Amino acid sequence: MSLELTFWWLLAIKLAVAAAVVPVIGMVIGYAEMKLSAHMQSRVGPYFAGGRFGWAQLIADGVKFIQKEDIIPEKADRPVFKWAPALVMLGTMALLVIVPLHPSSRYGIVRDLEVGIFYALAISSVSTIGVLMAGWSSANKYSMIGGLRAAGQLIAYELPLVLATVGVVIQAGTMSMQGIVSAQVAQGWPFALTQFIGFAIFMIATLAELTRLPFDMPIAESELVMGYVTEYSGFRFLFFFLAEFANMFSMSVIAATLFLGGYGLWGINPETLLSPIILFAKVGVLVFLMIWLRWTLPRLREDQLQTLAWKWLIPISILNIIVTAVLKVVI
Amino acid sequence: MTFSDWIAEPVNWAFLAMAIPMVVAALRVVTSRNVVHAALFLVLALAASAGLFILLSAEFVAWVLVLVYIGAVVVLFLFGIMITRAPIGRETNLSHDTRWPAAAAALGVFAVTFWLINGVTQQIGGFGDPLPAVGRATPTGILGEGFINRYLIPFEAVGFVLLAALIGGITLARKDLTPAEEEEGARV
Repeated sequence: MSLELTFWWLLAIKLAVAAAVVPVIGMVIGYAEMKLSAHMQSRVGPYFAGGRFGWAQLIADGVKFIQKEDIIPEKADRPVFKWAPALVMLGTMALLVIVPLHPSSRYGIVRDLEVGIFYALAISSVSTIGVLMAGWSSANKYSMIGGLRAAGQLIAYELPLVLATVGVVIQAGTMSMQGIVSAQVAQGWPFALTQFIGFAIFMIATLAELTRLPFDMPIAESELVMGYVTEYSGFRFLFFFLAEFANMFSMSVIAATLFLGGYGLWGINPETLLSPIILFAKVGVLVFLMIWLRWTLPRLREDQLQTLAWKWLIPISILNIIVTAVLKVVI
Repeated sequence: MTFSDWIAEPVNWAFLAMAIPMVVAALRVVTSRNVVHAALFLVLALAASAGLFILLSAEFVAWVLVLVYIGAVVVLFLFGIMITRAPIGRETNLSHDTRWPAAAAALGVFAVTFWLINGVTQQIGGFGDPLPAVGRATPTGILGEGFINRYLIPFEAVGFVLLAALIGGITLARKDLTPAEEEEGARV
């Protein structure tokens, strides 16, 4: 063994932190969603749990989910049914590994991969398999149709998501997350100024990938009960629930890193401890935007959703790549 | 190198941890009694082979395998299976009548490929000039330059062969209906 032990300890600690982040983030964003949606609808939202503002509501919910009976339908395909939430969670947790919090590569990130953003897009596509597994193994027509809708949607929006990031990669000249941030810090302005089309497409595709309103046909409760999560209860349901909120966080982190300059901000030295706070503030804005859109827009129709992806977003993002590549060479 | 030397190397443990599940999963793909299970074992086999690529410092290729094969191709398989027929439980008529000729053909392809790669590499002493070795994951930039400069023509040739295979596959799988059957289909 040529590598020193401290490296492995540091890596183990970083991985433990990344794993612990999922439930914490899930609770924070879940609580934010409850409160914000309530206020957007002139309600109060959770109020009693924890004494003030209902801050302990999500902890109480978590405890409730964990002590619930783990029900597996009799006709279900047991191993597939059991592993589906784990696979969804895997795609979520693996995303957090490359979040750049700070310019120091020793403490700011679990692992800065040379293929950074490409890794993120690849590993997040694994969740689709989990969704299909959940939909099929539940032996329930609602679950099945929900799973199929989700797969069709995730395939369709995977492409604009990947294509929208290419413009940033061309401008930065690297796929590493740290590299993309330091390119923006070095030039002093975020890529959102030049890649605004890519940014808009990325955010739309992200909403669709997260299957949140206005793209929540896979779990449309008025038609499909709860789609592919219909048969899940207890902590397996909690996995899907946490994965959705943690994914909101990690996709926002990726968007903030690619388009909004990550931990960089005008006039602030990125070497200080302010860097993670700046990143989280940007992520907070994006998460708020997602919640806001969810409680404002009505649900799209299935054909409108596919039309938007294949006829609009993909051609526009390819055009964006061509223009960016030409300008990169010309300027 | 003896086996004990080989097994003492930690990287070979990692290799075994990837390779054994990969082989088992690959066998289960063709022996599984449920077509959805077969597709899911294919996911496992592909994930393990991505792991092998990472062991070989080919990080980009590994994640291409995950994005394209697991994230798109197998999802499409599963989508296709589920939208047509995907019963839960065992199926009896999954095995094809020509499974033994098919196995023989697969073995033949394996033998020829092995013979070719083994022979050619011994004859020319490796795969020609390798891409610059850097001791860690191959930088994607070098890979991209290799693709569109030095290896452009093989790359295009492979693309052409794949396109031909795609068209051939469609032609073989397509069944032209007689007018009577077409009418039948229209009524259903």
